[in-house]
Amino acid sequence: MLKTIILSTVIALTAGPALAESPKSGGRVNVVVQPEPPGLMLGLVQNGPTQMVAGNIYEGLLHYAPDLSPQPQLAESWTVSDDATTYTFNLVKDAVWHDGTPFTSADVVFSVDTFLRETHARLRASLVHVESITAPDDHTVVFQLKQPFGPFLGIFEVGTMPMIPKHIYDGTKYADNPANNTPIGTGPYKFVEWQKGSHILLAKNEDYYVEGKPHIDEIYYHVIPDAASRSVAYETGKVDVLPGGSVENFDVPRLTALENTCVTDAGWEFFGPLSWLWINTRSAPMDDSRFRQAIMYAMDREFAKDVLWNGLGKVATGPASSATRFYDNNVNIYDHNPEKAKQLLAEMDYDGTPIRLLPLPYGETWQRWGEAVKQNLEEVGIPVETVATDVAGWNQKISEWDFDLAFTYLYQYGDPALGVSRTYISSNIAKGTPWNNVSGYTDDGVDKLFADAAIAPSDGERQVLYTEVQQKIVDDVPVAWLLELGFPTIYRCDIKDLVTTAIGLNDGFRDAWLDR
Amino acid sequence: MTTIRFLASRLVKSIVILLCIAVLNFFLIRLAPGDPAAVMAGEAGASDEIFLQQLKEKFGLDQPLLVQLRIYMWDIVRFDLGFSYRQQMPVSQLIFERLPATLLMTGTAFVLSILFGVVGGVLAAQKPGSWRDTGIMTAAIIFYATPLFWIALMAVLLFSVQLGWLPAFGFETVGSGYTGLQRALDIARHLVLPSMTLALFFMAVYARMTRASMLEVASMDFVKTARAKGVPDKLIQRRHILRNALLPVVTLAGLQAGQMIGGAVLTETVFAWPGIGRLMFDALLQRDYNLLLGVFLVSAMLVIAVNILTDIVYRMIDPRIGEGA
Repeated sequence: MLKTIILSTVIALTAGPALAESPKSGGRVNVVVQPEPPGLMLGLVQNGPTQMVAGNIYEGLLHYAPDLSPQPQLAESWTVSDDATTYTFNLVKDAVWHDGTPFTSADVVFSVDTFLRETHARLRASLVHVESITAPDDHTVVFQLKQPFGPFLGIFEVGTMPMIPKHIYDGTKYADNPANNTPIGTGPYKFVEWQKGSHILLAKNEDYYVEGKPHIDEIYYHVIPDAASRSVAYETGKVDVLPGGSVENFDVPRLTALENTCVTDAGWEFFGPLSWLWINTRSAPMDDSRFRQAIMYAMDREFAKDVLWNGLGKVATGPASSATRFYDNNVNIYDHNPEKAKQLLAEMDYDGTPIRLLPLPYGETWQRWGEAVKQNLEEVGIPVETVATDVAGWNQKISEWDFDLAFTYLYQYGDPALGVSRTYISSNIAKGTPWNNVSGYTDDGVDKLFADAAIAPSDGERQVLYTEVQQKIVDDVPVAWLLELGFPTIYRCDIKDLVTTAIGLNDGFRDAWLDR
Repeated sequence: MTTIRFLASRLVKSIVILLCIAVLNFFLIRLAPGDPAAVMAGEAGASDEIFLQQLKEKFGLDQPLLVQLRIYMWDIVRFDLGFSYRQQMPVSQLIFERLPATLLMTGTAFVLSILFGVVGGVLAAQKPGSWRDTGIMTAAIIFYATPLFWIALMAVLLFSVQLGWLPAFGFETVGSGYTGLQRALDIARHLVLPSMTLALFFMAVYARMTRASMLEVASMDFVKTARAKGVPDKLIQRRHILRNALLPVVTLAGLQAGQMIGGAVLTETVFAWPGIGRLMFDALLQRDYNLLLGVFLVSAMLVIAVNILTDIVYRMIDPRIGEGA
């Protein structure tokens, strides 16, 4: 007996807001990309700008609706066995690579089992649960898991599991393959040219397997290194889309007031960007949970949200973002309460040892935020010394645990097992890399809860475990949570259906059209 | 000493200097915290030891430092600037694709600053204390004292946002399909704001220096002698005064050429100009060692070339220079 989850391709592909008006074809869109991506080969590079551009060139088997439910992409339907260990994907029949070669199940097996297993650190961690990947025929792929893995259907998005053309990469040295400079995918847009330092041009894929899509002819991604100049580029009409984070927050109100300008903070649900302060729990006074709680009570996070982020985003309640599955806000809520902070500090006999704060070198907003936190902490009697770095120095200090408090924000990828547990489990403490458990937080109970929840057979059982672990972590404060970041996408209102999925602009131009 | 021998000796010295610069740069860069592998791992948003190890091997960072230096120097001697793993391209290709844009902008700025600076200085020196003099010198002081980036932003606000006369960023209109003369005009329009911004500071310096130098030379005995002999004033100004007054300006121009790359970092960033100044800045932030060293080396070569050129110009203006040196 198979438990079947087959979504009708027809419904899924035509659903959405596009039904209201019939899309027009043609036109050109100018977008800002910041910073310039290091490369566009999504299997080798996965930083933000690369995903934003290459997400229109490459595709995953699935994509995700804003509520994170899986939607068909290169897989038109799929089934899951009753014991939740066998996943069978039926691929679309008429997808072709941009060079005309048909896309088949062999490409899927090669991409996941050979290519990405070697190159993709984040996917590699999930593939541990996969026993085998097989292709019974040209359009069927079977993933056999070792045991149930709750978030499994959440790892098929293009940034996590992009499909790589086997006929181009098989048997080559991936990093040195000349094809990396002319990426070939199955997506709605083809790579045309990249003038380094100036722009990247993508053009409509006329042979795209979804009838009638995409609508727009050309997408220009402009490389504009200065934040003020990016605002000017929008104001003067040179670009039509400012993706989240591409202008300073204090420019957002001015730009959104312009004529024919829309703004949305949707399209980040899959990533659930959550900001916090790493707390180096290895040394005093940060090794005392009362000190860490005092930090939470000392910070005025509503102020940071309203003033620094223009009211976008939400004050974080704990380790999971509210967009992430199994989020539970039935936890201790830390409001802005300097008196309580002072009380906790007095209780632990805090001697006023100064602590070092490392802001994030990502522009003005983050600098100001560092100053705001410094002020909040000094108000309750914690002297703060701010340490200035550039990005490389910041990475180094975080990796080498050379900090007391440090700003950061991380993505959650929709499921606690993919993007939350890595920050808190003790097996993920390793000097030398920046995105693991750099706080040095260890708790056997938390480790076990996360481990059990990842492989619990049903969502109900997972929820119970995740609720418990969230409550425990929030009481312990291994990191000081700040905000669920709201990144505004600013764009001309005549661009329709720009943000339709949980990864927003990263695959946005598949559906977008111009009402001009 | 003949010009040929002079050039040959300068070239030999230059090569030694360049090699020293390469070694020095190699060590200086590594003093900055963080390496390219750490930066790329950081950007990927997830990393484990395997990933970091892969990157280090790729960059050759797993080798001892002296081995890395030996490999690098051996490459340099064979005119190979290495590979930028971050940009997935040979360093020489990256640099030579971006160099023309920088040379065009800095070259234009250079010519503009000398032209307007010297002319301004001469005009001011002709009637010291006049309204003309005061006006030119006040403008010079303002441009001299105002930060480059502020001028750039104000120019953009005025000419692009408010008036809409000139493009605010970029090398040309992307996707316009212009060719030939139309394209050249388009590039020229894009060139105005960045090159003017870069030129203003040195324009001010040249104006002040030319003026001071003109006034100094004008009071010298040989000028008085020429006047006494009845040489026409125009000729005295040009042949006697200006020619001698230009020597310090040439010295400064040689220095300016070296500083232009530094100034270009800012101008290219504000105006999104795809040159090597920005390439260098990005490479620095990303600890892209090979690329950074490559840009340093190429700009060092340019500076040395300009210095040799300056010496030649010296000898042309005043043939006595270099005799017996």
